[in-house]
Amino acid sequence: MKLGIQMRKFVAAAILALVAVPAAAVLRVDINSGIAAPMPIAVPAFATPAPAPTAAGSTGDLGRQVAAVIAADLGSSGLFKPLDPAAFTTNVGYGDVTKPNFGAWRTLAAQALVTGAVSVNPDGNITVACYAYDVFTSEELARQGFVTSAAGWRRAAHKCADLVYSRLTGETGYFDTRIVYVSETGPRTKRIKRLALMDQDGANHRFLTNGQNLVLTPRFAPDDQTITYMSYADNRPRVWLYTLGSGVQTALRPASGDFPSMTFAPRFMPGGGSMVFSMSAGGNTDVYRIDLGSRKVTRLTSAPGIDTAPSPSPDGSKIVFESDRGGTQQLYVMNADGSGQQRISFGEGRYGTPVWSPRGDTIAFTKIGGGQFRIGIMKTDGSGERLLTSSWQDEGPTWAPNGRVIMFFRTAQSGGATALWTVDLSGQNERKLKTPLDASDPAWSPLLP
Amino acid sequence: MLNRSMLNRPKLKTTVQLTLVAALIGVGACSTKKKDLPPPPPPASEPVVPPTATTPTKVPPPAGVQSTNIPGSTADFVAQAGSDTVYFGYDSYELDDPSRTILGKQAEWLARYPNITVTIEGHTDDRGTREYNLALGDRRANAAKNFLAAQGVDATRITTISYGKERPAVDGSGEDVWAKNRRAVTILVGAKG
Repeated sequence: MKLGIQMRKFVAAAILALVAVPAAAVLRVDINSGIAAPMPIAVPAFATPAPAPTAAGSTGDLGRQVAAVIAADLGSSGLFKPLDPAAFTTNVGYGDVTKPNFGAWRTLAAQALVTGAVSVNPDGNITVACYAYDVFTSEELARQGFVTSAAGWRRAAHKCADLVYSRLTGETGYFDTRIVYVSETGPRTKRIKRLALMDQDGANHRFLTNGQNLVLTPRFAPDDQTITYMSYADNRPRVWLYTLGSGVQTALRPASGDFPSMTFAPRFMPGGGSMVFSMSAGGNTDVYRIDLGSRKVTRLTSAPGIDTAPSPSPDGSKIVFESDRGGTQQLYVMNADGSGQQRISFGEGRYGTPVWSPRGDTIAFTKIGGGQFRIGIMKTDGSGERLLTSSWQDEGPTWAPNGRVIMFFRTAQSGGATALWTVDLSGQNERKLKTPLDASDPAWSPLLP
Repeated sequence: MLNRSMLNRPKLKTTVQLTLVAALIGVGACSTKKKDLPPPPPPASEPVVPPTATTPTKVPPPAGVQSTNIPGSTADFVAQAGSDTVYFGYDSYELDDPSRTILGKQAEWLARYPNITVTIEGHTDDRGTREYNLALGDRRANAAKNFLAAQGVDATRITTISYGKERPAVDGSGEDVWAKNRRAVTILVGAKG
């Protein structure tokens, strides 16, 4: 009833309302139909009850920066169209945060509005209050406060963006996340590679290793506190672990002392208590599992050929991997104990680097064929294959924790420059991430707690 | 002219080294003496005659000096075997005839120098996914290793390492470039030069 009254009230003023509201009684972004019409959303600068200094600048400055980060997050999804703050006709003062002037925002054709405030707590931490509104119904959709150190203000902004994304799409957000990847520089014949860590939007970038040793294929532990990767330290290519809190790096070793040959392609199992990886011995490569407590190693595959790139299902019951046992690189699924190995990819070309979706129903992969490397997805039984990108060399997919966005790296045909890109599940909204140097082998963290 | 068998006889080698040391000492002594002596006179064999229009100065080219591969060196290994590198087809670790010939000569050479060990590096082109290529590089290195072992080189003298697509020999793109990057390289360990 309320919706109907509101509709009649504004139909004369805003023709757009006719288009936007009848489509759905509840303001919602339909995430499955792609991004033909991203939702216009306004994120004015967050207010402050009293301007005050913090370790990261004044609350007034933080209010503007928080709003900018939220707008950038939502815009990067392709599902929202943040309106240009230069067009805003009204400021949202502290008293307006919970009582915004909806008429002014309707005039700008905003469908959703995010307001909020930044305040300093007695202990020096800050509170970022976040509110989301349906502009046409003047209804509040969500509200949440986030307390963090002043230095952590970006995380509060990402949390607010995740709240808005979640409320309007019905999906969990993915903005408060990090990316570990391999930063590349120098000629390709003597490429220098470093592990690097950054926020999902490229902020807070830092190098984890100094480039002295070749490093490859980092992956997060489920708790986000440890990274596993491959390093050529001491000319011994093998799997390493990097503890982020301490910076300590250790080679992964079994209870028996050491692995006899190259270990690579490491991934954590759900829960983080064990890992899967590959080991090559005498030209034969198989998938193994190691318990991180007992360091007991179990061999999961034994077929002659290359079995590698294992990726566990989110419930840990199954593992998808690639094998050339049938002649060329193809995808196989097995139970977590190695039993029941079954091929799932049967299309033309080769399939590699499978990654099980966090939602459990989809597998992303690299497809090689027709002179291209492309990122694709299929159901876990191999049906419903769809290719999402088309380029000279797209490789190494990694899922956003909500399973809606895939990051990968793209190598240019000419010059060989590498960069990180994202694409959504509809194959739309391809975006290149900004990194200080060339970039490859991205891995998306879980949603931070 | 250095003789391979001479160099390999420790006693003679020592003699050569001693002679060299003596020669170096002699040079040092000479230079010390020079300080006390007047400048040397011009060589008597070449009379100083200013060039004239009718008698041009003839200058012969400098005496030729060519470097030679010391037996047991990497350069000698490459020269004797024909190459330290064998190449592979796309996604293949099969050794073709030219590769077998080269590896056969590498094995002959290694038989002459039993104290030298080798590391075989396996490499791929960049037209494969990273982890698959690490495994493929391992296959290529092991294909070369197994061939050398079959030719009588003790397998304990041979280690392998795969670089996958991480260390191409040639930068670029296209079949010519990729063919040069799909390779196994035999690196001598414990050899000088």
